[in-house]
Amino acid sequence: MLEIDNLTHVYGPGSPNEHRAIDGLKLSVAEGELLCIVGPSGCGKSTLLRSIAGLITPTGGEIRVEGKLVRQTPDNLAVVFQDYSRSLFPWMSVADNVALPLRRRDMDKRARREAAQEALESVGLLGAAEKYPFQLSGGMQQRVAIARALAYRPTLMLMDEPFGSVDAQTREDLEDLVLKVRGHHRMTIVLITHDIDESVYVGDRVVVLSKAPSHVVGDLRVDLPGPRDQITTREHPDFVRLRAEVGRLVRGVDVATPA
Amino acid sequence: MIATLVRRLWLAPVLLACWELLARAQASPYLPAPTRIASWMYERWFSGPYVLTEEAVDNFVPSLVRVVGSWSVAVVAGVALGVAIGRMAWLSDYVDPLVEFGRAVPPPAMLPVFLVLFTMGTQVQVATIVFGVVWPILLNSIDGARNVDPLQLETAAVFGVPARLRLLRIILPSASPKIFAGLRLSVSLALILMVISELKGSTDGIGYLLSTASNNADMPGLWAGVVVLGVLGYALNSLFLMAERRVLTWHRGARRTA
Repeated sequence: MLEIDNLTHVYGPGSPNEHRAIDGLKLSVAEGELLCIVGPSGCGKSTLLRSIAGLITPTGGEIRVEGKLVRQTPDNLAVVFQDYSRSLFPWMSVADNVALPLRRRDMDKRARREAAQEALESVGLLGAAEKYPFQLSGGMQQRVAIARALAYRPTLMLMDEPFGSVDAQTREDLEDLVLKVRGHHRMTIVLITHDIDESVYVGDRVVVLSKAPSHVVGDLRVDLPGPRDQITTREHPDFVRLRAEVGRLVRGVDVATPA
Repeated sequence: MIATLVRRLWLAPVLLACWELLARAQASPYLPAPTRIASWMYERWFSGPYVLTEEAVDNFVPSLVRVVGSWSVAVVAGVALGVAIGRMAWLSDYVDPLVEFGRAVPPPAMLPVFLVLFTMGTQVQVATIVFGVVWPILLNSIDGARNVDPLQLETAAVFGVPARLRLLRIILPSASPKIFAGLRLSVSLALILMVISELKGSTDGIGYLLSTASNNADMPGLWAGVVVLGVLGYALNSLFLMAERRVLTWHRGARRTA
């Protein structure tokens, strides 16, 4: 589904502020997988996501989505950004925000509206269709952003720290929402987070990146009994073991360096 | 409701009453009383078959057409050019010095130039108004279009929003608070330039009425022109603010909660 081979990205190559964000990163994601990518803050997580989305051209290596080399944004790819307040369009109603990307699809106005309604229903926001984003709480706005991605019917959904700007309770609700919608829509999800618990709770697989210049330092399969539950999953011995393992990998560089 | 109106508006009638008393006490031809100005206005302009007299129609309508027409031309040109310049870095590199120079020229300075360049009449007035009011619209449109949130454009790119929609549904609305700031300035400026351009080299319009009244030392006529201009300016501004309120509802809402 998604193949990343030897990806390298350097910001401002040759300049005194040259920054090597990613160095020789290899990663392969299978169809239908929910992969979480974690890493210390400042590692190249966002650079990686923006490269997959075709928003920046990496300085080296290759990314393939469904076998096709990424040069610009792949057709069936959707992104949920962390900063929902900026990625939703404040001048459009919730329904218009969700329906706008569908203008690209071969759908008439009625079909677009129905698809938007359906997506809003699946995130529990049917009643908010005619509201404007500013009339909703942060968590609800992020639900709108998720609905927009779902309505687009992507085969690959990228989520860039999607729950980084909401409170803890909302965060748990949104994690469960992602688990719920992936069951209904067959799609591959790559979720970037800095929250170790979240990565283990949501993911089928967790990939740990090193500090910049980042590469893969750990790749763990999460075999937790489903359906996952905020209380029981988090007290499961495997969950506890995995989160400790991921935690060690994330901090790995610090542990290995003697004080 | 009535109490707040009284509290807000009491000063105007008091001042008018003082003026009236003073004018009657002085009985000077240079200080006509408000009631005299009002009756002058009624006789000359508002006692026609359909309220307006022939003189009023022949002068108010051309002024109104000029100010609204020229303003509209300036809006279309200013916004279109501004958005193009704001979105294209190479274009703005070329034209920025020109824009900086153009905005620095005091608009009335162009009137004598246009009086020579164009045939007398509407052409001169339209040129003066358009040239004068296009700058605040242009500059604010450039600024608004240049500062569209990159994340909004990235979102549009990710979801493959076609170029036409990207312009109409994302860039223009995102720039609209700035654009409206420019339009607000341009409305009052357009009225000023309309009067100025009609004072000289015009054969009709409110400015023309003012200039003939001044030549004839017709004090009530002068004051009447000022009153009509004040009312016109107030009406245009109110119309504009109503439109702005409608278009930018989302903006005020978003700012309140931000």
